[in-house]
Amino acid sequence: MKQWWKSGSPWIWLNGGAVSISIIMVFGLLALILVRGFGHFWPHNVVSTTFVQPNGEVMQVIGELRKSETLTAQSLREAGLALPADQVLATRHLFKMGNRDVTGRDFVYMVDNFLGEWTYPKNIAVFERREWGDFYGVPARLLESGQTVAEGDALWADFQRRLDRSNRLFDDIRRIERHDIGNVNFRLERVRLDQRRAELRGTLTPEMEREFAARRQALDQEYAAIQDRLNALLADVRRDAIVMQVADGREVTIGLDRIVNAWQPNNMSAVSKVGFYIKSFGDFIFGYPREANTEGGIFPAIFGTVVMVLVMSIIVTPFGVLAAIYLREYAKQGPVLKAVRISVYNLAGVPSIVFGVFGLGFFVYVLGGAIDSTFYPEALPAPTFGTPGLFWASLTLALLTLPVVIVSTEEGLARIPSTIRMGSLALGATKGETLWKVVVPLATPAMMTGLILAIARAAGEVAPLMLVGVVKLAPTLPIDGNFPFIHLERKIMHLGFHIYDVGFQSPHAEAAEALVYATALILVLLIVALNLSAIMIRNRLREKYRAEGD
Amino acid sequence: MNQMANPETVKPVRSMNAGLFDGQEREFLAIEDEEIAITVESLDLYYGNSQALKKVNMLIPKKRVTAFIGPSGCGKSTLLRCFNRMNDLVDGCRVEGSINLHGENIFAKGVDVAELRRRIGMVFQKPNPFPKSIYENVAYGLRLQGVKDKAVLDEVVERSLKNVALWNEVKDRLDTNALGLSGGQQQRLVIARAIAIEPEVLLLDEPTSALDPISTSKIEELVEELKNQYTVIIVTHNMQQAARISDFTAYMYLGELIEFDDTKKLFVSPANQATEDYITGRYG
Repeated sequence: MKQWWKSGSPWIWLNGGAVSISIIMVFGLLALILVRGFGHFWPHNVVSTTFVQPNGEVMQVIGELRKSETLTAQSLREAGLALPADQVLATRHLFKMGNRDVTGRDFVYMVDNFLGEWTYPKNIAVFERREWGDFYGVPARLLESGQTVAEGDALWADFQRRLDRSNRLFDDIRRIERHDIGNVNFRLERVRLDQRRAELRGTLTPEMEREFAARRQALDQEYAAIQDRLNALLADVRRDAIVMQVADGREVTIGLDRIVNAWQPNNMSAVSKVGFYIKSFGDFIFGYPREANTEGGIFPAIFGTVVMVLVMSIIVTPFGVLAAIYLREYAKQGPVLKAVRISVYNLAGVPSIVFGVFGLGFFVYVLGGAIDSTFYPEALPAPTFGTPGLFWASLTLALLTLPVVIVSTEEGLARIPSTIRMGSLALGATKGETLWKVVVPLATPAMMTGLILAIARAAGEVAPLMLVGVVKLAPTLPIDGNFPFIHLERKIMHLGFHIYDVGFQSPHAEAAEALVYATALILVLLIVALNLSAIMIRNRLREKYRAEGD
Repeated sequence: MNQMANPETVKPVRSMNAGLFDGQEREFLAIEDEEIAITVESLDLYYGNSQALKKVNMLIPKKRVTAFIGPSGCGKSTLLRCFNRMNDLVDGCRVEGSINLHGENIFAKGVDVAELRRRIGMVFQKPNPFPKSIYENVAYGLRLQGVKDKAVLDEVVERSLKNVALWNEVKDRLDTNALGLSGGQQQRLVIARAIAIEPEVLLLDEPTSALDPISTSKIEELVEELKNQYTVIIVTHNMQQAARISDFTAYMYLGELIEFDDTKKLFVSPANQATEDYITGRYG
């Protein structure tokens, strides 16, 4: 034993153990997110069974098994359930029954004792609806303008065709609402602002007023034309409906315009389930959120996160690099510089919410207010930059990540061999020429390292963003087809905040759980992707500026 | 800047060197004033409180190879770095005395150090090409001077690389990174980079100490060539090298110039016992 202690093996085991535990934790985290997140989109089979309610009534149940857990029978007896006295353990199941609008309870716990035989009827259909969550039932009749057009076996194929049609129409409606009407509104607002600006400057002449009125009228006409088109589409999309029989035998009529997606999970082969799964995942990534973010996609959040990180990179890189160059190359080394450096390094340790408070108090209210009164007086009292938005979120994050970039760049500059500087100076280059032609290009890989760390930190930050520009639901994306295309003043959605919002602010906690994991997974993948691209750029730079001895 | 020697500012060499060696009146270096590139007069150099050079007086003949030898820490590299004022970059470095390059004191106020370094090229112990293409390395000095004409640059790059006998080895890959060259090629590239801007003096600070014997002999051949066009000063630890390639040799010890003479004379019949001890290996 003593020999073993002396051999140094305990140290190896200790160090190796620490590494193993770290790796297990990281991969465990990823695996958990992966399993919980990816499982959400799988079309699970739907169970049909009976349930004896405490009052003795028998209830027909159609639902998706979400989870099963084993409890002590005693605890359930204490909760008032009539379980046999000799039973020790009992299993209870969580069923997702959907039909929130019909029954009012879409997730129900049921104890195994009171359940009948489980069957999986092939004709049960699941609808993903635009409102009220999922719907479970058996299709009865297909209606067109109130008349039955299909029943029985032929129904499902016809229904799918009609659903495709209504979804296409709905896409058109969405496009018109989002794009065409948005565009007209944007231009109308511009006219209003142009007029107001002229008014404020006192240069508004009667001719101009007439011109503004004419422009407004033209836009109004354009708007009316779009509205007509929209109304026609809306009438068209409401043509078809389906009558569904729910678990308790009642019939419910659902318009096809209310349905996003429909499937019969008990009737699907494994292959078609995989296809469905991929499609659902695609819809999740590229779709827009619905129902207070608990359903639909997360595209605006992904887009907002990426744009915010990119804008932050554009801001933080030049500032950090220039500051680092000054600190390392020009500033006189001494106690003052040391104090400055310590302060900068310690900025990295300030809690991020403090940056958020500063961003709101200084950037948004002071700077934004000044910008508004100087450049956008016509929009007041409605603020343009004097309210949280993309630019302020990016700027706050840039401030947050500045120390990282400064430290990396300084280290990079310190690593440049002095012989290279000497070589340049000996050729008659001034200090500035040496710096910009030789030293700084050589330090670019180090700058990229700083940027990579900055991105990793910024993309995952949530707390300060809630104060300076991230919202639960942003009506518009920060980049669109309207001039000037990038709208730095707009509010954005963010994956990190989305996770918080869906998980903890939503009324349907059970429904949201899977989405939280799925969104977390996307956030992790996004950060990995951003980092990988930055690392690739850095490696190419390294190849280009391969320093001596590398 | 006037590069011609001004007879009035250059002191007669003989009188300057008289009394250098043990107070003996000695006829020293029969060189005419116009043959002198640099004169060093009572040069003291301090790093903080320690004195690295003590009252050095010497001259460097034009278009000749002058070698500085001596044990480590004797101040030969420090003296070399005085010629292009690279010591300015060292914190706490202080110089007294004067160095005249073609009659002008390089320590005088108003001297443009960058301009001085353009006139006095330098090659370091370890090859230090920039991590750029071979072409850009050689063109660097010219680009600094604002030369943009591609034809001029091409011509100078080719001529410089030919001068260092590197052209045939690299002419097909001028656009590749200079760090891909071997150590010996890198050192010749660095010399090409230095002579591309046509300096008056070329300082070589132990240019072969990091190289293998074959590369070393190539550099030595090159130095022989270079002295036709440039005044060359070389610091070396290798006494055979000094004997082979230099015309004049200075032996330094503890910051003092012990002996400075024609190379043949210094190696065959040194005037000073310390010099003899060093070159015969009895030093220390």
